[in-house]
Order: sequence, then structure tokens, then C-alpha cells
Amino acid sequence: MKFREKVYVFFTALTVLIVVGLLFYIIFDIVRNGIGVISWEFISQPPREGMTKGGIFPALYGTLLRTLLMLIFVVPIGVFTAVYLNEYGSGKRFSKWIRLAINNLASIPSIVFGLFGLGFFVLFLRFGAGLLSASLTVGLLTLPLVVVSTEEALRAVPNSYREAGFALGATKWQVIRLIVLPQALPGILTGAILSVGRGMGEVAPILFTGVAYYLPYLPSSIFDQFMDLGYHIYIMTTQSFDVELTRPIQYGSTLVLLALTFSLNIVAILIRSKMRKRRLG
Amino acid sequence: MVNNLKIKISVRNLNIYYGSFLALKDITLDIPEKSITAIIGPSGCGKSTFLRALNRMNELLPDVRTVGEVLLDGQNIYSPNVDLVALRRKVGMVFQRPNPFPKSIFENVAFGLRIQGIKNREQIEEIVELSLRRAALWDEVKNKLHKSALELSGGQQQRLCIARVLAVQPEVILMDEPASALDPIATLRIEDLMRELREEYTIVIVTHNMQQAARVSDFTAFFLTDENRAGMLIEYGNTSEIFTMPKDPRTEGYITGRYG
Repeated sequence: MKFREKVYVFFTALTVLIVVGLLFYIIFDIVRNGIGVISWEFISQPPREGMTKGGIFPALYGTLLRTLLMLIFVVPIGVFTAVYLNEYGSGKRFSKWIRLAINNLASIPSIVFGLFGLGFFVLFLRFGAGLLSASLTVGLLTLPLVVVSTEEALRAVPNSYREAGFALGATKWQVIRLIVLPQALPGILTGAILSVGRGMGEVAPILFTGVAYYLPYLPSSIFDQFMDLGYHIYIMTTQSFDVELTRPIQYGSTLVLLALTFSLNIVAILIRSKMRKRRLG
Repeated sequence: MVNNLKIKISVRNLNIYYGSFLALKDITLDIPEKSITAIIGPSGCGKSTFLRALNRMNELLPDVRTVGEVLLDGQNIYSPNVDLVALRRKVGMVFQRPNPFPKSIFENVAFGLRIQGIKNREQIEEIVELSLRRAALWDEVKNKLHKSALELSGGQQQRLCIARVLAVQPEVILMDEPASALDPIATLRIEDLMRELREEYTIVIVTHNMQQAARVSDFTAFFLTDENRAGMLIEYGNTSEIFTMPKDPRTEGYITGRYG
């Protein structure tokens, strides 16, 4: 190998090492400091003594609830948008504009979504600051993920299936419902799970739209305020009266949040590979 | 040549454009009922375009314009009030590559019935069995009806696609090079099947395999492109005549392998 070639190989390998190394260092640090705090009590109990003791249950509960609510909004809207773009409006100028808009949506800073949510859902639509407004705001943020991954899944369905359906006298909607969507399901599920993983960790969009610093009770309606894991980590590290004292709780919460998003990503990968195998079989 | 047979499909001055490109130029021919008509010709001569004009599948592509008439039992299928869904049930299609749905064998054949809203389980089972028998596939699959259709061999998949078409009880079956992706033995089975189906159905087959056209078809149409690459009909007649004493020197040239 020539010397220059060797230099290139060295630098590309080095950058990989830096990336992987950083990731492992972060994970290692969080696990090392957080694992000791994790216990059933930590997961299932509310905070105590001015949030210096106790668990994170209300924050965990709020995060899961707002994410579930987000899914209910974002999956149907995202999937039907993608179906329109790929099956009905493909090639039309209108679709190109929509696609451009969606791509731009994906590059808007999340705090801007938060402010939009405050202005639109909380104030204009009078949903107030609570689970509903927060879920909708996070949903807007993850919508592009669902649309793009669904579109990809729809594009991967061979045209010969559609043709066979039409040739048998199926209507367009029958072809979509009975052939295209079932075939695209793994891709759609993957997109949904990725959007959960993304939405769950977001704090900026819920900052003004429903999250609470501390609540002595769990939310009982979609208009109630809620506690949230990501926000909990943020306030414990910046707003707590004794940051050092709550350090273990910070690490523990972070570990729980990371474990949730990681396991969801792994589930997404498993679904994808399993469905892919089935399709080939 | 076909004057003592009932005409099923009558194509009148058919022109097809892709955008501004004329792909098929002024085709006029009559396809008799309950017979096999083969369309032969070199690649790019518009054979498939012609076939797909007979059940209006060209319309799935953007920018395709069709001028002229295709009469099915005397009714122009291009007139504005034609129900596309009903037309495609009457004129079924088998594609070049076997394209069973990624569903079970049973569900593939039942698909055409389900989309018609047929829910009666016994009726569906009966038609599925009958269609698979007619497609000469029943004995091979009767014990694994609920296995994925994708587990079948290529030849079996193609016969499944034929069974799927038969289940909706069409009158015409269009076949677009149905054996080109299959091995010789699977090809012969498809050809045997076509000869059996001819008793009840009008079959139009596109093939680039001249021996196949000679073996199975009753009538043969030879297509060729003109200097502007527009496909046109050169000669049409009884298969035996086309292959033994073609009237047009270009047909003779193609059949004897001089070009194409």
C-alpha cells in the first residue's frame, strides 16, 4: 500500500474510533453512576423530601403517557400522508411541495416547536398546558420521521404487486389496503418506534406546553399537567438546591431514559429483520 | 382467415403514445373467441403495450395516450362510461415474472373474490379448489394451501397466478411472456395448460419465443417497428401459414432468424 493510502485509512479509522469511543464513554459513565440507584423503589415511587430522595415514577408515567398519546396522533396522520404522496400524488407538483415542507419540518429546532405548541395548541385552540398539547407538539416534531419511513416502505413494495391487484379488478384503495399497506407494515412499525424513541427524549417541545416541575398527583385527564423524565433530569441538574446531593437520581433517571430509548430502537431493528426474513421466505 | 369464427376482441386503428412518442401505430386486428392468438416480434416493437391496451393497464403509467377503439364483444372498452374494475375482471392478465402476493396460496386465489365482497367461506373454498385444479396446481399444493405462495417454485408460482386469474371467471386471459422467466419443463407445463384453457377462454399471448408461438397458438400477429421506432402490425393470420408461408418478406426474415 502506498504511504498516502495508509494515511487515509488511518484517519478514517481514527474518526470511527472517536465516535464509537465517545458513545461508549457516555454509556459507561451513565451506567457506572446510575446502576446503583436503580431499584424497584426507584421505578415505582414518587420523589420525596424535596426531590432529593425517592423514585421517579410520576416522571416515567408522564413520559410513557405523552409518548403513547403522541403515537395515536402521529401514526395515522403520518401514514396517510405518505400513502397520499406515494400512491395518489406521486409525480405531482403539489406532492413535491408537501415533501419539501416535510423535510423542512424535520430541520426546525425543537424549541421552535415548543413555542409554536404554546401559541397554537395551548393558547389559540385553548387546550391549555397539559398532556394533549405536549403530545401534539412532540407529534409535529416526529411527524417527518413517520412520513419518510412510511414512504420508504411503500416505495419498497414491488409495483408488480400493485399491477397484479389492478389486473384482478381491484380498486386503488383495495390495492393499497389489501396489498400495499400489509407489505409495508414492518417499515411503518419501524418508523413508529423510531418516532417514539425520538419523541420520548425531547424536552424543548414540552417545556411550555404541559410539563410540570413537580406534581404530588398523577395526571388523570389529557388536559392535566404531567412530569417527564427528560425534564426531570434537566431540573435536577440545573434547578435543584443541591445538585451534588441529587447526583445519583440524575444518573438513575438518565439511565432509565436511555434504556427505554435503546430498547425501543432494538425492538425496531428486530422487527425489521424478522419481517424482512419472512418476506424472503 | 378468421371469418368462420366469432370475434371476441376487435382492435380498430389503435395508436398509443408515450408522451409525444408514438409507440404503436394504427393497429387493426380481430381476435377470435376461444383460441390462442400469439403476438410475436423483436424487443421494443410494442407487443406488451398492445397487450396492455386490451385491459387498459397502460393507464397505470403516466403520460400514456390511447387513440382508436378496442371492441370487446362489440363494446368499446375505451368509451368514457366503461367500468374499469368490471373490464379487468372480464379480461385477466398473467405477467412476465410470476407475481403472487406475499400471502398464502389460498389467499392469493381468493383475493379476486374477496375484493368483490364475496364472504361465503364455502363458496370461496370451492372456487379456490376449482381454479387450482384448472391451473393444474391442485395436487401439488392441496396439503399446503395456507403456506406462503413465495415458497413455491417459479413455475408453480406462475400457475398460481393463472389460478388467481381464473378465480374471477374472466372471458379473456392476456399473457405477457408468461414463461420467459421459467425453465424448459415449467414452460412446457404452462403451454399444456394454455391448450386446455383455450377450450373456454380467449387467450392472447405475447412471446419472443417463436417456437412457443408455433407450438401453442392458433393465430399469430407479427409486429415490427418502423423507421421512427413506432410498433406496427406487419402480418396476421393462421399460425401455420405465418410460419410456413409468410406473405411479407419481413415476417419471413424474422422467422428465419435474420433479425430480432
